[in-house]
Order: sequence, then structure tokens, then C-alpha cells
Amino acid sequence: MSTIAISARPQPTWRKLIGFNLLTGIVLAVVGWLIGDWLGGRIHAPSLDYFGTEAGENDIGIMLGYLFGVIGFLIGLGFANYPIKRLLGHPASLAEHEAEGEGAMRYFRLCTDHKVVAMQYIVGIGAFFLVGGINAMLIRTELLQPNVHVFGPNQYVTLVGMHGAMMMGVMTSGVLGPFANWLVPLMIGSRRMAFPRIESFTFWLLMAAGVALITTVFMGGFQTGWTGYQPLGDQGTTGYDAYIAFFALVGLSMCLLGLNLIVTIITMRAPGMTWNRLPIFVWSVLATALLMMLAAPMLIAALLMGAFDRTVQTAFYVAGNGGSSYLFQNLFWVFGHPEVYIVALPGFGIVLELLPVFCRKPLWGYRLAVAGMLGVALLSFFVWQHHLFVSGINADLRPFYMLSTELISLPTGFIFLCAMGTMWRGRIRYSVPMLFCMGWAFNFLFGGISGVFLSDVPSDVTTHGTFFTMAHFHYTIMGGLVFTVFAAIYYWGPKMTGFNFNERLARIHFWSLFIAFNATFGPLFALGLMGQPRRVVTYPTHLQALNDWVSVSAFVIGLSMLVFLYNLIWSMLFKREPSEPNPWNSKSAEFQLPTPVPLHDFDRIPVFDSDPYPYGVEPAPALTPAARGA
Amino acid sequence: MSEVNHWRRLVLWWLGTSIVATLLVVLLLAPILPPGNGSVEASGQVVDNTVLLGVSTPVAMAVLVFFIYALIVFRERDESAVVDGAPIRGDARIQTWWLVVTTGIVLFLAGYGTIRLLADGAGGGQGPNPIAAPGGANDALQVQVIAQQWKFTYRWPSYGGVETPTLELPANRMIEFHVTSLDVIHSFWAYQLGVKADANPGFDNVAYVTTKGPLRFDIHCAELCGVWHGYMFETGHVVSQSQFSTWITQQRAQYAPATQKLAPYSKQYFPDPQRRGG
Repeated sequence: MSTIAISARPQPTWRKLIGFNLLTGIVLAVVGWLIGDWLGGRIHAPSLDYFGTEAGENDIGIMLGYLFGVIGFLIGLGFANYPIKRLLGHPASLAEHEAEGEGAMRYFRLCTDHKVVAMQYIVGIGAFFLVGGINAMLIRTELLQPNVHVFGPNQYVTLVGMHGAMMMGVMTSGVLGPFANWLVPLMIGSRRMAFPRIESFTFWLLMAAGVALITTVFMGGFQTGWTGYQPLGDQGTTGYDAYIAFFALVGLSMCLLGLNLIVTIITMRAPGMTWNRLPIFVWSVLATALLMMLAAPMLIAALLMGAFDRTVQTAFYVAGNGGSSYLFQNLFWVFGHPEVYIVALPGFGIVLELLPVFCRKPLWGYRLAVAGMLGVALLSFFVWQHHLFVSGINADLRPFYMLSTELISLPTGFIFLCAMGTMWRGRIRYSVPMLFCMGWAFNFLFGGISGVFLSDVPSDVTTHGTFFTMAHFHYTIMGGLVFTVFAAIYYWGPKMTGFNFNERLARIHFWSLFIAFNATFGPLFALGLMGQPRRVVTYPTHLQALNDWVSVSAFVIGLSMLVFLYNLIWSMLFKREPSEPNPWNSKSAEFQLPTPVPLHDFDRIPVFDSDPYPYGVEPAPALTPAARGA
Repeated sequence: MSEVNHWRRLVLWWLGTSIVATLLVVLLLAPILPPGNGSVEASGQVVDNTVLLGVSTPVAMAVLVFFIYALIVFRERDESAVVDGAPIRGDARIQTWWLVVTTGIVLFLAGYGTIRLLADGAGGGQGPNPIAAPGGANDALQVQVIAQQWKFTYRWPSYGGVETPTLELPANRMIEFHVTSLDVIHSFWAYQLGVKADANPGFDNVAYVTTKGPLRFDIHCAELCGVWHGYMFETGHVVSQSQFSTWITQQRAQYAPATQKLAPYSKQYFPDPQRRGG
């Protein structure tokens, strides 16, 4: 495939801004919003008396506003161009979206280069992670005192909901968006993803979702937390419409991201990249992608019904009219439990991918690790009612859900065994990514052990819905996912960006994060056991000392993140130190390529003759290009 | 150096640390575990938590000891050159044993939890037709807990259907809570009694508890139910049978006019759908 080189003719700045890019997208999004809102008003106004809802809260207008706004945004970015061109008979081509020499502009538009999309993901998700993190800081500020002192109850509940929704919605793609999009083609020897336009589409959809969620603050917020339970959502202000739009867009983005990765991994592997040689990270991506594709539609369905309840007065979730509040809980957790493994599984993959490099040994128990990942993925569809142990639904099935939930510790145990086996008699090097992997092991161990208490019904009766639960899933998600994301950033970051991080600052970042994380969430187990429910703005005065300790530790987490941000900006802009092609002496395929990785990754499609872990047996494999026509 | 028997050292370290840690946890931590001994069900939960702690502590110690040992003993002492370790790719025997041991632990935990759950329901809500009713449940005192934004009220079918704004329970008596809601999902959580049951509109959720001696207990809504969820808490009391009789008689008299106007007692209520309650 040859690229059409666009000659780098200098253009004035204003000329660059015209065309299909982010700016056009934002303009058309606003136009689309206004059209939708106007249309909603036209539909809504004649029926005001009939529905008996308050004037001024026009849910139809808001919903159509989001719909048309997102469509306008996507058209402005250029997503309609290709279908229209094809309809007009133009030939299929990716070249116009991949051209080199465009500089920074390609990050602000539809780009089909998987490396560019990955960088877009990293920055975009990072921005929303920052928003979610600031929300957490504000929550802990409010909880410094047992009574209301900074925020009102509505602001507080909205903050809690936004923090949860940001972290569980946008961060769900936190590994698959940036790292899988960047790494999977390189690791399996492909030049691109299977569906490059869909790849870009998932990213911009996620950005639209994040912005939609933030707009909730202009509409009274939402009072339901990230779980969005009905019929509480039904009675909420129009801020809840933002929640629906947000999560439905996230669901669509996740579903397509999963689909794209599955097809890529199945169909685009280079010669010799058999299932037995697939890097373990790619296996974890495959397991996660399956969950994403299969679970997300359930969420979209649940939210659509909620949207109908709110706009056209259906009664899916209204008990008095034949609906059920359990319906939403069921649908949400059928999505929601796979969701938490969507968040955890890529972390397993990253850790097992990195351990061989830093222990200088092959991955121990490759097939067991694969079985562990697929086992977690499969079992995660059969555990969702452990979120509803005391809800009264299907009470006779509780022993089954207790068993299935505890069974998940078996495949998770495989992952730990493989990690331990890889370290056995290794030559362990304490590089920064390795430190984060060990942080993961420590945190996830306690996350997993506390999960045993929650999976046991008699124990869960007291711990359900308390800070104990909250501490548990922060140990698995923040201690699990976020630590592995940082491991990945420090490990692959130099390869992706071409500069090294300041190692001293990186070590300060790790140790401050690790200590502050445990100082924050460890005491939350105790607080939950002492009787503090989740999502409350007030709490008993005798719990104040411990809450203050947690808040201060949480602020240290915030400072630790600032150290990372400082390191990033410092190393990128002020003291740029170019990185070597293979700083870790890794034998993985992506590190055999030059830095920066060329536009089409491989000159020729390579042939693989081993898995990426031939440590202690042979020198680093040269990527042999496939014979012509292979 | 290479002749060190890593396995033996690991096992010894694990035995030593896990015996100490398990003893500490079971003897010192378990007795102060919530929800305490306020009711038969609460005591049952404490026993349950003690068993879980006793099982999970050695498991956690095994992993921790291994990681710390490996990180110290297998560290690279000379980082000047990159030297690879031994290419060990797995060990079928270890994998099999790991699978057998972890499966055994999991099945034990699930079996034990099931037995404890089915004995008396462990204080959790179990829907309209409970299968895990404790013995003597037919003579239990029925109390209906009605949740609404943002208050619990209590209805007493065996005392003329009176509805009280506070909760007092007789000591040494089995109570059958019927938890329901008038608007959104709430959760009735009586902390020291070890009771938690979700309140869903139009749905009857039954939870059993057998009280012990006099007790002051905290009631809190445990499911996010809107803006003022954080304020949906109150205090209940377990009092002697005679004090309870006095209290309920007084409440019946006090709320007699209101009782006449209440809807007849029912296990479910289907209120009109509300819009925009906040």
C-alpha cells in the first residue's frame, strides 16, 4: 500500500481551521443541539397539559438536543464524508486520513492511523480522568466535617455521581482505547486495525459522552450516582438526561471498540502469530473486548427505556403502572458486572506482559494465564445478582450467585500464580513499571480478599452499600487498573512518544501514590464496617477523625498525580530526552521497531517464529519480513 | 548460594507468619467486628466474618510472603549487564495443586456461606416468600417498614394497623420485617441488629431478626434515594416486653385519628407515579 504524499505547502493558520476538524465539529454540535431543542419544543408544547409535567423541563428537547448535537459533532469531524463519497461512487481509500506531514492538526480530526487514535485516547481520557479526580478531591473536602459545610446535598450527590460515572464510563476504555489501539496491530504484526474509521469513531464518541456528562451541572445535576437507579432517575431533573446521553454514548463507543479489537485480533495476525504465540496482553484485550461487545448493549437498552420513561411517559420502571424498579437494577448489573472486569482484565494483561521483561524470564504458565482471563470473562456474566443480595429479588438464587462469585477467584488466582511463577528464580529489576506491577499485586490481593466478604451473603448484609464496598472496588479498580495504566505509561510511553520520563520523579510518583492510596482506602474498610453508608453527605460525629485522615490521604493522592503531570510536561517540553528504541531490552515485537514507529508500522508484514518471551534461550528475535506474497 | 532450598524457606516463613497473623486476626480483630452481638443474626454474622477472616488470612499471607521473598531473593544484584533468568515455562504439578487447593477453599466458603444463610436468613431481605426463615417464624412479630423520601415509618398489623414514626422492638422476640417503599428504592439498614433489606415500590421484602437484650440501634437508608439521602437516619430501641407494650399502647392511642384515615394495611402499596420530586 503506497501513501499519497501530500506536499507540505505552507498554509495560513486561518485556512487550516476550515475543513473537517474538531472546530467544525463543535460548531455543528451547537447547531445540532439548537435544532434538537427547537424540535423537542415543537413536539412537547402541545402535549404539556396532557402529560401534566412542569413547563420548562422539556426532556424531549434535551434528548433530541443531545442526539442532533452528537450527530452534528460527528459530521463536523468528517465521519459522513466517506459514506457519502462511496455512495457517489468514489473508490475505497484510507490514504486521505493517514497522510504524513500534517503535524499536530491530525490529532484534532478524524484520523485512521491507529497510533494517532491511541494518542488521542490517552490525552482525552486523561482529561476526563482529571475531571473525575477533581470530583473525588471535592467529595473528600466535603467529608472533612460530619455536617454539610462546603457543598449542599444536591451538589454533593451530583459530585459523587459524576466521579463514579466519569471513572466507570470514560475510564472503562482506559487501557483498550490508548494501549490496545496502539499495541495490538504492532504485537500481532498488522499495519492497522480492522476498522480504522470505527476506531476513530469510538474515540470521538467517548469525548462527546464526557462533555455530555459535564453539561449535567447546568441542569441541576443528577441524584442517582453512577448506577442511575430507577425510578429515582425518573423523577430527577433534566440533569439525568445528561447521564442517559453520557452512558448510552459510552456504551456505543465501548461496544464498537470491542468489536473492532475482536475482528483485528482474529483476522489480522501476521504469519506465524498463532494463538499459542499471541502476547498475553493481546489475550487480555480479546477477553475484555468480548465483554465490552456483549455487555454494553444491555446498558444501552436499560438507558433507552429510562429515556422513554422520561420523555414519552412509558412506565418500564414505574411500579404503579406495571413496571418494576428491579428491571433497571437487573439490566444495569448484567452490564455492570462484566463492566468491572472490563476494567480489571486489561490490568492482568499488562502485569503479565511486563513481568517477563523485568524478571528476564518467559511468562510462566502461558496457557493457565489465558484460561484465567477467559474464565474471568465467562464467569463475569453469571454473577450480577450479588449486587442485589438484600434487594429481595430471586432470593432463592442467592446460594448460586454466592458460588459463582466466589468461583471467579479461581481464574483470578491463576493470574496470581502465573505472576508468581514468572518471578520465581528470575532476575528482577526494580524499574518504575515493575514497581507499579508490584503495587497492583499488593492492592489487588486486598481487593480480592475483601471481595470474598462481599460475596458471602451473611457478611454482605452488613457490608453491602457501605464504605466497605466502596473501598473494595477502589482497591480493585484504582489499585488494579490505575496502577497498571501507569505501569503501561512508564513502560510503553517512551516508545509511543519518543521521550523518556524523569526517573526520579517517576519513583516519587509511585511511592507517594502507593502509600497514599493504601492510607486512603485501607481505613475506608474500617469506616464501612463501623457503619458509614456510601454516598452520604453527613455521618456520625465519632467517625470524623478517621474521615479526616482519609481526606488528607486523598489529597496526597491528588498531589502525587500532580507530580506525574509535572513529570509529563517537564519531560515532554522542557527537558526532552529522546528515548532509545528498546530501553527495557524487551523481546516483544513493538520494541524491535524504530522510534518513532513509522506510519505503516512494518515495511513488510513480519513472520513470527516464537512468542514474545524467549528470555534465557535465544537473542532477541529479528522481525523477519514475510516473503513477497505471503 | 544456589543450594538454598527456596521451597522450604518459603513454607517455613509462610507457616510462621500466617499462624501469628491468623491468631492475631481471629483473637483480636474478630471479636470487635461489626455488627456486634445486638441480635441473634448479628452474632451469626460475626461468626461468619470470623470464619472468613480465618480462612483468608493464610491465603493472603501465602501470596504476600511469596512476593516479598521473591522481590528480595530473586532481585538482580548486578544491573550493569542484562542477564536472563532460567527459561522455566510452567510446571503442571504446581498448577494442578494450585487448582485443587483454591477450588477446595472456594467450595468450602460457598458451602459454609450457604449453610449460614439458609439457617436464618442472616438478617438480609429475602423477598416476599422467604425460604430461609428461622424456626418459630410463624409466631414472629410483624413490623412493616415503609420507606419514602426521606423517612422510615413503621406499621403494626397486629396492633390495629397503627403507623408510628419511630421504631421500638420488644427484647428476646423474633421480628418479621416487611420492607416496602412508596416512591424510589431505599434500603432499611438497622446496623446493630444486622438487618438490611431493600425497599422497592410495590414489593414486599421480608427480613427476620431475633432481638436480644435492650439495645439502642442506628437505622440508616443504605441505598441512594435522592438529595436528602444523607439525612435519612434515625435511632431505634430494643426495650423490655413491658416497656414495649406500654409504648405501643400509647402510640395506638396517639395516632388513632390518623390510623382511621390510612389506607388499609397491605403488603404492597402502589402510589401514584411521582414526577420531579427532586
